[in-house]
Amino acid sequence: MTKPIEAAGKPADTIQYVTVRIAGQLFGLPILSVHDVFMPERTTRVPRAPRAVEGVLNLRGRIVTTINMRRLLDFPDATDTLQPMAVGIDYKGESYGLIIDTVGEVLALDSSTREPNPMNLDPRWAQVADGIHRLDSELMVILDVERVLSLRQGAMAA
Amino acid sequence: MDDLLREFLTETNENIDVVDVELVKFERDPNNAQVLDNIFRLVHTIKGTCGFLGLPRLGALAHAAETLMGKFREGAPVTTEAVGLILRTIDRVKELLVELENNVGQEPVGTDDDLIAPLEALAFGPPAPPEPAPAPQRKVSVGTLSDQVLERELLPGEDSLDEIERAFREAEAEVPRPKPVTKPAAKAPPAPEVETKTEAKPAPKAEAKAPVAEGDEQGGSGKGSVSSQSLRVNVDTLEKLMTMVSELVLTRNQLMEIARRQGDTEFKVPLQRLSNVTAELQEGVMKTRMQPIGNAWQKLPRIVRDLAQELGKQIDLEMVGAETELDRQILDLIKDPLTHMVRNSADHGLETSEGRRAAGKPERGKIRLSAYHEGGHIIIEIADDGRGLDVARIRAKALENGLATEAELEKMSEAQIHKFIFHAGFSTAAKITSVSGRGVGMDVVRNNIEIIGGTIDVRSVLGRGTTFVIKIPLTLAIVSALIVEAAGDRFAIPQLAVMELVRVHHKSGHRIERIKNTPVLRLRNKLLPVIPLAELLGTAEPEGGASGVEQGEQGFIVVMQVGNQTFGIVVDAVFHTEEIVVKPMSTLLRHLSMFSGNTILGDGSVIMIIDPNGIAQAVAHSATLGSGEVAGIDAERAAGKGNTVALLLFRAGGAEPKAVPLSLVTRLEELPVEKIERATGRQVVQYRGSLMPLVPVNERIEQREGGTQPVLVFSDSGRSVGLMVDEIIDIVEEQFEVTLASEMPGILGSGVVRGQTTEIIDIAHYLPMGFKDWFHRRGAMQGAPERRSLLLVDDSAFFRNMLGPALKAAGYDVTLSDSAVAALQLFERGAMFDVVVTDIEMPHMDGFEFAGHLRRDPRMEGLPIIALSGLCTPEAIERGRSVGFSDYIAKFDKPGLLEALKEFAGIQQEVAA
Repeated sequence: MTKPIEAAGKPADTIQYVTVRIAGQLFGLPILSVHDVFMPERTTRVPRAPRAVEGVLNLRGRIVTTINMRRLLDFPDATDTLQPMAVGIDYKGESYGLIIDTVGEVLALDSSTREPNPMNLDPRWAQVADGIHRLDSELMVILDVERVLSLRQGAMAA
Repeated sequence: MDDLLREFLTETNENIDVVDVELVKFERDPNNAQVLDNIFRLVHTIKGTCGFLGLPRLGALAHAAETLMGKFREGAPVTTEAVGLILRTIDRVKELLVELENNVGQEPVGTDDDLIAPLEALAFGPPAPPEPAPAPQRKVSVGTLSDQVLERELLPGEDSLDEIERAFREAEAEVPRPKPVTKPAAKAPPAPEVETKTEAKPAPKAEAKAPVAEGDEQGGSGKGSVSSQSLRVNVDTLEKLMTMVSELVLTRNQLMEIARRQGDTEFKVPLQRLSNVTAELQEGVMKTRMQPIGNAWQKLPRIVRDLAQELGKQIDLEMVGAETELDRQILDLIKDPLTHMVRNSADHGLETSEGRRAAGKPERGKIRLSAYHEGGHIIIEIADDGRGLDVARIRAKALENGLATEAELEKMSEAQIHKFIFHAGFSTAAKITSVSGRGVGMDVVRNNIEIIGGTIDVRSVLGRGTTFVIKIPLTLAIVSALIVEAAGDRFAIPQLAVMELVRVHHKSGHRIERIKNTPVLRLRNKLLPVIPLAELLGTAEPEGGASGVEQGEQGFIVVMQVGNQTFGIVVDAVFHTEEIVVKPMSTLLRHLSMFSGNTILGDGSVIMIIDPNGIAQAVAHSATLGSGEVAGIDAERAAGKGNTVALLLFRAGGAEPKAVPLSLVTRLEELPVEKIERATGRQVVQYRGSLMPLVPVNERIEQREGGTQPVLVFSDSGRSVGLMVDEIIDIVEEQFEVTLASEMPGILGSGVVRGQTTEIIDIAHYLPMGFKDWFHRRGAMQGAPERRSLLLVDDSAFFRNMLGPALKAAGYDVTLSDSAVAALQLFERGAMFDVVVTDIEMPHMDGFEFAGHLRRDPRMEGLPIIALSGLCTPEAIERGRSVGFSDYIAKFDKPGLLEALKEFAGIQQEVAA
């Protein structure tokens, strides 16, 4: 196991994650894949879109397609009235927003402590999870943004 | 590559295209001195520049062509042969140019004596000894016309050098003389002599970056003084400008909206000004993207001329409205379809000279290409005065291809029959020639045009000619759209597709009426199908039918026309029209056929743009359903179950209806009873040149003494069997489940259709009654003695019951599974199959996911998986391919399925062998 070299600031094998919470579960998104964080407002719903697609909205002149992560991950829709947040992502030149409950701090984690998905992980989750980090207090599931966005219509709809 | 050379290449290519056009013009009108001068000058320019850049081969070629044209100028007769030769020379020049481009400025080795010799022979009569090309015209910039001394006698017909030079100087006249001065002096020392230009390499770089500095493309395009006012701009630059302006328009719209809300503010005046400037800027940038449609036509005269020669026809091509401008993006997209259609007209449309004489028409056929603006779109017409479309032949072909039944064709107007030529695989040419019929049919043309939101129509009079009318939007980037609201959501409908707006009110003359749940609107003696937008989009309130619009009380109907389909869309409110900038939807949403894009409105919200084509399809699809049912079915479909099935309802022995999936039926016939004969104890009828056995559905059907006998014809592998029934009732499209399996032979089971218990007959039972060896024969044809195992996965019991026996009969060992999960469990337990056929829309795990699972399992490598789906859109098929389906087949396309099974199961057998 290689030790992180603190002096270098950002050692090569440390990855920074933006942590988010979806229905109580902690997830981490690699910071490089995150474009911005915003509050989704005035969302236009898109009829006949996959179920997990919340809609489209205007974010500073760009049209962003938002994805409801609760639905994607098979959680019930949020019941509390908390204003949801969205993590903005640029993927293949298109803008997406992943709607999550809350955004937490940024964690720098040693990639060597990353563990593969447990065998018995819900197949739906396994499709989008890129491993697990054991934090002191809880487990953080790494979200593979590319895989979330390349999920096909069927998986989004079910 | 040298910038100078690159510029020479672009320019020469352009010039050559012009020469092509001009030459064809010249051939027809040899006395037009102006046209000749034009050509002469263009060729001369090419020659001159070649000398300049040290391209002897090109130069010699151009010189030889020029010499011959010089003869024409002096009044030598213009022959087709001579023009053909020059055209071939031009072609060679083009080839050389391509080589030059590929070889970084190196002329390919080789000689052009094969062309130069005949050129000179024509110019001077007897072959002349090869002569050196005149030295490059370097003195051009000196500006004086000193006497030229030629070391030899002037060949007869050759221009004196002075004369050539004068022509050259004319051609070069637009070149700004102090050219080197316009170049940044710091980079390259001022170079007064033209010769130094080739050396001044650093300069052209600056030139390319700032073309504005140049008053002209160097070398003179030779198109006259207008071109000296133009400059070349990279297309990307324009595209970027367009995007920026689009953004500006959106921001402007937003600002205006804010100002409107805030009432009187000091911003108002400057904002108004900003608005005006933006509008002008938008218009200006749009204009830069506009190109005359003539650019897309440029190659046509040459193509038509060559075609005419090849086909032995005489063809005049008339082009009207070449200056009509449209967006270059669209121009690019219609270039090929247009070329194809002109070829078609020349090849199929026009008769040969003899044919025309016989028909009492002038020998020269005419193709007329015209373009003009009309409203926000451009109309292009391609008309010929040829033989016109042969309705009888199209009708026969439509019948042959199974596009329509005889009865349907009987009712169609000529115009409707003409439209069949836009169907796939429909070539009206009796034989395929080298000219057309190369696999690009009118269906491709139609598709290409529909992609850019256009429409195509055809008018034809037998013996008089055919006219194609294409209507396309001026631009794709910004469209005028009508903003409407349905079920609380706003949508933009492109104005192009909107014919009119009708206000519905129970008190006004217009109200929605119903024919058994199907809403229709009476509009000026026409009955228009109408359908609420919210239902099409599946956003209607669950309780449905309760809103005011539904009850026909109030609301608006947007009357839309797409192709020849006219229908009404019911919306709750209509706001205003707005110029919107179409932005593509994200990949996640692109499969939605109902929308063509999205945009940001003035108030800052995002709105979906309705795709009229998608809506038209959805309307057509739902036309056979009561509109009230649409939402319900869609809801179920979204939940992943159920499928509508087109069923043919008939009566046979008894009052209760029977049904068979329509797609299994090849034809419906009404056969005259006296035609039915008896042979070897069976009933047969002479049908399409062979004997077709007739089988009654059961003993109880009426024995007819006269009149006609309704028969359902089933065909397979070239053989047909007729199933006699009492009465054909109707065709319905319904969601259907076999609720009661049947023990009776010939009946699969029964279910409820239109609220009535209906028996589904089992075709597999009847077919062997016609031919005893029906299924054996098929098996034998496949040459597969051992049965291959097949797993059929479908959540619908109806389909399992339907397909299972059919596949068994076709020689497969069929295992049925009612869900993907159950199927996976089978595999888990070690079951192996030769081939898997699976439904796509299933609950819990759909076909895509199922295929994904199988593909990840190394044991299943090479296992053919065939998808069966009611949803056969290109997107779905593409998606099917990407998850690893071997093939994607429409539900009920039984022949297609068997074909695919044969292919894939067969292949595997070979692999195993």
